[in-house]
Amino acid sequence: MPKVKVDGVEIEVPQGATVLQACELAGKEIPRFCYHERLSIAGNCRMCLVEVKPGPPKPQASCALPAADNQEIFTTTPMVKAAREGVMEFLLINHPLDCPICDQGGECDLQDQSMAYGKGHSRYDENKRAVTEKYMGPIVKTVMTRCIQCTRCVRFAEEVAGVEEIGAIYRGENMQITSYLEQAVSSELSGNVVDLCPVGALTSKPYAFEARPWELTKTLAIDVMDAVGTNIRLDSRGRQVLRCVPRINDEVNEEWASDKTRHAIDGLVRRRLDRPFIRRDGKLVPATWDEAFAAIRDVNAGSSVAAIAGDLVDCETMFAARALLAKMGSSLLEGRQTGMDYDTSSLAAVNFNTTIAGVERADAILLIGTNLRWEAPLVNTRIRKAIKKGAKVFAIGPETDLTYKVEWLGADLSVLGNLPEGVTELFGKAARPMVIVGGAALKGAHGASLKLVDQFNLVRTLEDGSAWNGYNVVHMAASRMGGLMLGYAQKGGIADVVSAAPKLAFFLGADEVDFAKFAGSFKVFVGHHGDKGAHHADVILPGATFAEKSGTWVNLEGRVQRGDRAVFAPGDARDDWTIFRALSEVLGQTLPFDTLEELRAAMAAEVPALGQVGLVTFDWAAPSLNATASGTLDGYPIKDFYLTNAICRASPTMQRCSAELVHGESYAEAAE
Amino acid sequence: MLADKDRIFTNLYGYQPWNVDAAMKRGDWDNTKALLELGQDKIIDVIKASGLRGRGGAGFPTGMKWSFMPKEPRPDRPSFLVINADESEPGSCKDREIIRHDPHKLIEGALVAGFAMRARAAYIYIRGEYIREAETLFAAVAEAYDRGLLGKNACGSGYDFDVFVHRGAGAYICGEETAMIESLEGKKGQPRLKPPFPAGAGLYGCPTTVNNVESIAVAPTILRRGAEWFSSFGRENNKGTKLFQISGHVDRPCVVEESMSISFRELIEKHCGGIRGGWDNLLAVIPGGSSVPLVPAAEIMDAPMDFDGLKAVGSGLGTAAVIVMDKSTDIVRAISRLSYFYKHESCGQCTPCREGTGWMWRVMERMRTGDADVSEIDTLFQVTKQVEGHTICALGDAAAWPIQGLIRHFRPEMERRIRERKGETGGNAPMMEAAE
Repeated sequence: MPKVKVDGVEIEVPQGATVLQACELAGKEIPRFCYHERLSIAGNCRMCLVEVKPGPPKPQASCALPAADNQEIFTTTPMVKAAREGVMEFLLINHPLDCPICDQGGECDLQDQSMAYGKGHSRYDENKRAVTEKYMGPIVKTVMTRCIQCTRCVRFAEEVAGVEEIGAIYRGENMQITSYLEQAVSSELSGNVVDLCPVGALTSKPYAFEARPWELTKTLAIDVMDAVGTNIRLDSRGRQVLRCVPRINDEVNEEWASDKTRHAIDGLVRRRLDRPFIRRDGKLVPATWDEAFAAIRDVNAGSSVAAIAGDLVDCETMFAARALLAKMGSSLLEGRQTGMDYDTSSLAAVNFNTTIAGVERADAILLIGTNLRWEAPLVNTRIRKAIKKGAKVFAIGPETDLTYKVEWLGADLSVLGNLPEGVTELFGKAARPMVIVGGAALKGAHGASLKLVDQFNLVRTLEDGSAWNGYNVVHMAASRMGGLMLGYAQKGGIADVVSAAPKLAFFLGADEVDFAKFAGSFKVFVGHHGDKGAHHADVILPGATFAEKSGTWVNLEGRVQRGDRAVFAPGDARDDWTIFRALSEVLGQTLPFDTLEELRAAMAAEVPALGQVGLVTFDWAAPSLNATASGTLDGYPIKDFYLTNAICRASPTMQRCSAELVHGESYAEAAE
Repeated sequence: MLADKDRIFTNLYGYQPWNVDAAMKRGDWDNTKALLELGQDKIIDVIKASGLRGRGGAGFPTGMKWSFMPKEPRPDRPSFLVINADESEPGSCKDREIIRHDPHKLIEGALVAGFAMRARAAYIYIRGEYIREAETLFAAVAEAYDRGLLGKNACGSGYDFDVFVHRGAGAYICGEETAMIESLEGKKGQPRLKPPFPAGAGLYGCPTTVNNVESIAVAPTILRRGAEWFSSFGRENNKGTKLFQISGHVDRPCVVEESMSISFRELIEKHCGGIRGGWDNLLAVIPGGSSVPLVPAAEIMDAPMDFDGLKAVGSGLGTAAVIVMDKSTDIVRAISRLSYFYKHESCGQCTPCREGTGWMWRVMERMRTGDADVSEIDTLFQVTKQVEGHTICALGDAAAWPIQGLIRHFRPEMERRIRERKGETGGNAPMMEAAE
């Protein structure tokens, strides 16, 4: 623990801290452009210069200098001030004065820091440099003349996203940042470079010229595009969400978000269900809420009723539907739309027990039938970090590019019963081994993968006394863990619901169901987008998206998180739980909650874990299942990362990403 | 004047063949095994005692540099010697002569130095433009392998040592030691942040020492003839012999080995036939390659040509590339051309150098024609100060110093140009307006 003096104040800093971190600990602001906590240190912007004694009689880059005992650091001396002014002047001489038309305006590091540390005028009379635009795909807009060559984007692509596709070419003042051959950056995390860029060189293409940051209302929300539960902030103006950016949560998403999380939001205003519909003579026609409720009442379902939850719904909606079904005398609840029927008697056996942050500590990892890059991109980045610390990764499944080195063991699941020596040896030695089972393998290899828990002692107490559970299941639906906690699982999966042949079936935003099997049921679709579910419905009750309601979601590691309402749902659409509350009255089964708080209290009474924000611990218990795995995986469940749910399918940005990045279509861009 | 018997580079002018047989006749590879049998510590002690300072420009004591290397390299983390033959400093041409005509001095030095620092292999990074020289060096290394002088059991000493020759691609910045390491690793040649220094984590993250060609090539001779012999030349702290490269307005430009601390006047008179047009015609000298400040005639004439002597006149020995300029020189244009060189060769990694070199060159170009304001001289000086000492590597300093030297010594000339140009247009030049 070195002791340093910062501007005369003595403080103790952690071992390995840099001078910049020491200054921050002492409460001093150090301006910087290239330095970023989550990226490697480049030390090239030279903005963080401070005076350090003992040392050479010149200012030093504080971001790259280790703090050492008895150092004296000065951040306010004339030398430091002159150095900052000098660097600032250099950065600005070739930076265009186009702030009024720059999307970064108002949240630009260069603007802020030139106000705080610059000289206020320029002595540069020569011509400014201009740089041609580069193409970086459908998400990232480039105005490279504004680039200050901090290389944050280069380091992000290489270190976090794992695609070495952004780099610098040429040298000296001609240095330019570009993507490989100016192709789209083939990363599902490319949007993060927009946040990282300290200037307006890389901005969001779909958000170009949409709004100024000070016009936006900022709402804290939870992302539903995958089961990671990325913490996001929705920036809205009026009734529209204009932007989605990640919040910092080191336990979940650090400060990244996938491109789908960021840019599916333009699907929130397209193909929306904004009024109830009733099917008359085979055609869906607009109706009033009263007519729609009456049509449902007229089914006279009695207790022959079921509810199928979609991938995006919140726990409140599922709880309201469950409460209504309970009143009617049914418990036919299911959330696994595509027919999965894995055992849910122990939730720990279908949970991501190691936790997302815990992945970084693993030293041996076996992936079974999961393409993490598409199923949970932000878990994938954690594996990259684990590998950097020395972990080794094996995988079973069809070979795919996961952005890191993987030893593939083939696509035949039977290998689980007879793992190669290299794997058993490494897992035998490993201190923190983990197994990650994906959706593709849950069907045939759930039992076989659980057998590995005993074989490799995945659940153990570590040397430091803490508990380690290395058994993990990756879910892909934001509603999944919450649904399982609320009992949305039949023993035989959705087939049990089909065989029960309910007279009335509620589909809570469920678009991936095989509706042909429900031909005999009266199908009520409660959801927000006119997708497959709505097309097959007999009655449509328009609901709210994740951005339009306060809701609870449980992510794949069992973390209960709450998001807030950013905007109101369009037209006659309502919060989903209020729809069930209103319907219950029409059906004569009035539900006992009138406000969201009352509903949450009722939910917490039945499932206490949902009443509290934070990580739920499921006590480890392995169900006894058939431990032999067989069959060959011929693919992964997600065929197109950008089009996995109704919101993305309605989003032009996601459609374009899919066409360009998955299907390889090229877009010609008009010159501006 | 250095006696012929005291010259290290006896085939500097190529009067004899460069090949291994001829080199052996000149005394290279003469019982190298015995040199290695001195043992690592003894070799480093001799080099330390000889007072040899790095010949690449910075003048860091070579023996001390070698002693920073780990005494017991781990098998998974071998040590490396990197030899800097990326001689790109304008004015410098000594390494080229060594590699052309005496490559075995360098290769033998690589073995001895590599052995002394317990290195597994040496990489010779040769400048891309040195095409013939690289051919010679490749051939010479192949000869050395054929004779068993390198490779497994090099020279019968029981020590395994490899020498690899790597050609650069024409970037001046790759002469900076950490940029050279990056380039060797196949990356873009950009200097690394220090610390860590190469001796801790260099090539492929392993302990590495980067030495200039001349520093390495003189090592075997020092070991053979003794530290006392080498340190008998030159002043205290500036020992030994040195290759001087004199170019510019002298009667016979040349590369010559001389003892350190020889006076400038003696160096020019003895080896170059004097200044063109006589000593009164001397304007200024850049004594150590383009990156050191120039020294005006009066101050340089009797200055001793060594590290300390040139520091005393506000410049430096650098690589001892002496650029002599007589009074026919357009001194502002000369320095402006150097500014262009640094602007062109800046790697672009860090801000002050990337932006500052271009700015300085553009202002210098206007200074050349006088199309400037007198106050801009001060601005220019401030800009050089804003670059100097604020960059990752020394290229920023190197770009700033020539301009600082110019302003320090030739400010009246710059002001004269500005005044005269203003006078040409009567001081009432029409105001230029930007198109809108």
